[in-house]
Amino acid sequence: MMRFATLIKNPADWMKGTGPHSEIVMTSRVRLARNLRGFPFPGFSQERQRVDLLEQVRPVVEQLPEMRDGYSEDYTDLSKIRKQVLVERHLVSREHAARSSGCAVVVDRKQSISIMINEEDHFRIQGIRPGLNLHSAYELVDRVDSELESGLPFAFDSKLGYLTACPTNLGTGMRASVMLHLPALVLTEQINPVIKAVGKIGLAVRGLYGEGTEALGNLFQISNQHTLGEAEPEIIAQIEKVIEGVVRSEQNARAKLKEDHHTMLQDQVGRAYAILRYAHVLSSKEALNLLSMLRLGADLDLVGNCDRSLIDMMLLEIQPAHLQLNAARELSPDERDSMRAEITRARLQSIHGPGSFPTSQSTPGGPPSAPNDE
Amino acid sequence: MKCDVCENEASVFLTQIINGQMTTVNLCESCSKAKGVTEETGFGLAEAFLTPSMRSEDSMEVVCNACGFTASQLKKIGRMGCPECYHSFREGLDGLLRNMHKGTRHVGKRPASVGGTAPQLLPRQRTSVVREETSTPPPPPLPVPAQAQPSDVSKLRADLDLAVKEERYEDAAKLKAEIERLQPKAPSK
Ligand SMILES: [Zn+2]
Ligand SMILES: [Zn+2]
Repeated sequence: MMRFATLIKNPADWMKGTGPHSEIVMTSRVRLARNLRGFPFPGFSQERQRVDLLEQVRPVVEQLPEMRDGYSEDYTDLSKIRKQVLVERHLVSREHAARSSGCAVVVDRKQSISIMINEEDHFRIQGIRPGLNLHSAYELVDRVDSELESGLPFAFDSKLGYLTACPTNLGTGMRASVMLHLPALVLTEQINPVIKAVGKIGLAVRGLYGEGTEALGNLFQISNQHTLGEAEPEIIAQIEKVIEGVVRSEQNARAKLKEDHHTMLQDQVGRAYAILRYAHVLSSKEALNLLSMLRLGADLDLVGNCDRSLIDMMLLEIQPAHLQLNAARELSPDERDSMRAEITRARLQSIHGPGSFPTSQSTPGGPPSAPNDE
Repeated sequence: MKCDVCENEASVFLTQIINGQMTTVNLCESCSKAKGVTEETGFGLAEAFLTPSMRSEDSMEVVCNACGFTASQLKKIGRMGCPECYHSFREGLDGLLRNMHKGTRHVGKRPASVGGTAPQLLPRQRTSVVREETSTPPPPPLPVPAQAQPSDVSKLRADLDLAVKEERYEDAAKLKAEIERLQPKAPSK
């Protein structure tokens, strides 16, 4: 199997910034909750029972064709920082990372599929695809589920469907969620009506990061709340339809910004670039919001040669556990803030700043007056 | 839209079930975290789950025969103890599911082994019992109900302190919920 370092060194398949509408839709994720018949759910079982179950099912999971040469780790062998890195990469849930004995995660080589064992349910099978591509994410988990069920007796009731620890997951056991970057809707103050409309049709909307009322980095997550009474393809088609609408609103808002508020837009993007390029202390909140502006600038061709995937990679690298993994030790909040700025300064060295020269032309040698501060 | 708790702008919209009625709750990020709400926690379940006739009195309680989970535990955490619990606590389930989901009948994927025909709950003589709290000892549950290991909880508390110190409030809220889950205030005996 693959080592942790190897897993993390390679960017995941879905981090490459490609996929339908990937200028707005960062990832599409689908997870299935499954349980074994005759075993109590993890939250109501003893440690010994969880360990027994894990020992029995982990080889089955590891032997899936999709998991060939993948990564598999028992949580008792995984440090807190490493677990947190997996959370930041969306490979495991925070709830799962908070557990230890009797829990394990198995991830495929491309980091597109992860299977958590003994989360709230015995199995949480997750598929991630870049851009708006829920049906392809569903195909991944559907196939894995069918393979697993041939060897494992899943708890299923013909009326209630797949039986889950929480009745909110009953039926399909499926949660489909889409991560969206919506800076223009936020800047033009149209985000709340959009959130309200999406909420009204039974989908949950939340900011991905942040406290208080903000969605830091203008990142939002939209997911289904109903899992019973509709088939998987219907649920997915409905969310994709809603997301298409949100994407159109964001596109219109971006066009409007470019048209009517071009100076303000350039100013915001320019400031974001300047701070990320030259700052020495960056809080997580500030960095997320600046990277959001830079990503918007890159999408609107306001930032020379900036590739979206570089920004998406930075969004991960600036997270606390990634910083600490990189430093190979625990860091105080102050140390993290300075390490974070070190990373954005380094990554932006090769990126031409916006505004000061024609964006279409690729100037050799980087920004004219950039001091080499690394 | 304003948060239902404070005056901030709401960003989390959830369906809560109160007395079998579906209500949409609008919360700002901080209030949603303060209440430990995420889209997956089954918010509001605890209060809503049991119909009045099922609400456990001091002396009578519905218990899952397969795992020993009790109606009051279900009410408290809003989760089932084992797959068989859906059969044991089936009374009142339909009403709850109707308010929580688009329907009460699964129409999605079925395991190949099921083929879409036979009912799949394991055949059992009695999956639930109503027992006298004072007289009859509980039937020996197959799997032993979880007792929170003191070490688990103190570890979680340490993690919680650290999370608060590091201002990881989302983690803190989740850890707090986990501690509460592991330490039911008044476990019914
Ligand atoms: Zn509030
Ligand atoms: Zn049970």
